[in-house]
Amino acid sequence: MDAPIVRVKDLFKHFPVYEKGILMKRKVGEVHAVDGVTFEIVRGETLGLVGESGCGKTTLGKVILDLEPKDSGEVLLDGKDVHRTLEEGTREEKKQLRRSMQMVFQNPYGSLDPRMTVYDIISEAFIIHKHIPQAQWNERIYELLKLVGLEEYHAERYPHEFSGGQRQRISIARALATNPKFIIADEPVSSLDVSIRAQILELLEELQKREGISFMYISHDLSSVRQVSQRVAVMYLGILMEYAPADAIFTTPLNPYTIALLSAVPIPDPEKKVKRLVLPGDVPSPINPPSGCRFHPRCPYAQQLCKDTVPDFREIEPGHFVACHFAEQFQK
Amino acid sequence: MKAVDGVSFTVEKGRPLGLVGESGSGKTVTALSILRVVPRPGRVVGGEISFNGENLLMKSEAEMKGIRGRRIGYVSQDPNSSLDPLFTVGSQLAEVIQAHEKVPKSEAAARVLKLLQLVRISDPEARMKAYPHELSGGMRQRVAIARALAGEPDLLIADEPTTNLDVTIQAQVLELLKSLQQELGMTLILITHDMGIVAEMTEKIVVLYAGRVAEIAGTREAFATPKHPYTAALLKAVPRVDKRKQLIPIGGNIPNLITPPSGCRFHPRCKYVIDLCVSKDPPLEAIGGREVACHRWNELKLEGA
Repeated sequence: MDAPIVRVKDLFKHFPVYEKGILMKRKVGEVHAVDGVTFEIVRGETLGLVGESGCGKTTLGKVILDLEPKDSGEVLLDGKDVHRTLEEGTREEKKQLRRSMQMVFQNPYGSLDPRMTVYDIISEAFIIHKHIPQAQWNERIYELLKLVGLEEYHAERYPHEFSGGQRQRISIARALATNPKFIIADEPVSSLDVSIRAQILELLEELQKREGISFMYISHDLSSVRQVSQRVAVMYLGILMEYAPADAIFTTPLNPYTIALLSAVPIPDPEKKVKRLVLPGDVPSPINPPSGCRFHPRCPYAQQLCKDTVPDFREIEPGHFVACHFAEQFQK
Repeated sequence: MKAVDGVSFTVEKGRPLGLVGESGSGKTVTALSILRVVPRPGRVVGGEISFNGENLLMKSEAEMKGIRGRRIGYVSQDPNSSLDPLFTVGSQLAEVIQAHEKVPKSEAAARVLKLLQLVRISDPEARMKAYPHELSGGMRQRVAIARALAGEPDLLIADEPTTNLDVTIQAQVLELLKSLQQELGMTLILITHDMGIVAEMTEKIVVLYAGRVAEIAGTREAFATPKHPYTAALLKAVPRVDKRKQLIPIGGNIPNLITPPSGCRFHPRCKYVIDLCVSKDPPLEAIGGREVACHRWNELKLEGA
């Protein structure tokens, strides 16, 4: 396999929870948003990060890009320590690093400034980074618009003149303006209509193949994750439950949480009757998560060991990592 | 603007129906029209809504009050806005029961408890005293379902009941809706944009596009042999979790209903468009137990799921 472009090692991010007292606020707990996450993404690969709401997937994305400060751990982008470079590096090193990683947000209605034209939105990156001489701006902007499936004349328009799918294309064009090596796409299609989703998924796949960009695709929609990812990480309450090549995750999942998650997704085929593993209860609060294995209160296979001991995140097959004491019993 | 433009379909007793469409297709407005609660300035300008042989459009407002909730229940997409944050779950449910029937408080409370058990809420005695914000999203949607069931309706209209929920919670709610249909013998109209949910939950589907019916068919038939290019294109455009497949996106955008496209409303995005589609609106034709609105249904060989 190729050298990893992104390497995340033992990343932690907790948020303190305060209770307002009479005189001062008192810390009452911590949200374990990201609780020791380790994985890597190789060049030109898309990693799908799945999990339910509140599991920490968006925070993980933000901490990787240093949009949220980390607590501890290490993120390497192309061998360079992201957080250290942004702290100690020279101005040019910092800018270069910022250019090489970008994010596409979930809501294309909130992430584009309504008072800027598409031209302004994309060229803002050029103004800040000065990596492209002004004489080439027009050419580059038109090139980017074409790349994401828009037309030259769209450059003069404002975000409100576009549909949701087109706005998401603009967000992607903006992310591409700095020639990034790595893009985090956080639920990029979940606010779009079904017939438009496939357009954006296809665009992401194309960018990955043609431009060799690595992606982290964050989503709660497992069907779309299967479509775009080569590897998948399943997150639950701040930790990774399973991390493996996409085919392995979807055909031979080894963590009961993954199994339940997959069986919960309705399949668009009435001839296919799924045997469903319905999980009881709700996702517990990430403030003071359950002891032992965090999934044990909802797990149908839980035993005493699961309540007492945190399972290791171990490599059960080459490239297939899983955090479950009894993963072997799910192997076929 | 015509949000719903000449939509006709029938729901048979005990046969769950799916109303499928994207945003702006008119699926919610269709449902609200059945209950005659289309928000102003919208109104139903024509047509007929027959429920157990009675035309709901001819009913007085007072008569409709006896039908809403009592005979037709409604669950909306967002349980946060449909539950009142100032009242406990128990009092909101009791209010519905007492609105339908004059029963003493103690009996209403007993029925509330039964309803909460029916929708499988754990620890129902405690939940009765809880306020909506103290419950999780999935639990709130269960309460909303319980409220819709309070009048023991014959028909339950569920409008995207799981869209705001996590997958594992969605699975719980879908399983609940399935078993409730059997236990209570009620008929379900499920409104959704999710092709997976229709496939799993319904026996018949009405595919809406831009305020019109594109196709009506048994769910299995529609998925196996779609007759309308929009149905077929949707099936090709949605990814599935059980296998990777070549996605074929539908080009273009969802039309604006203020100035809808001429002729067939799907024609600007249709792969099989001919001149006739641009000039003439295709009628909804009945073909062997199903209906389709496409000029070319007969000659096209469309692939299913």
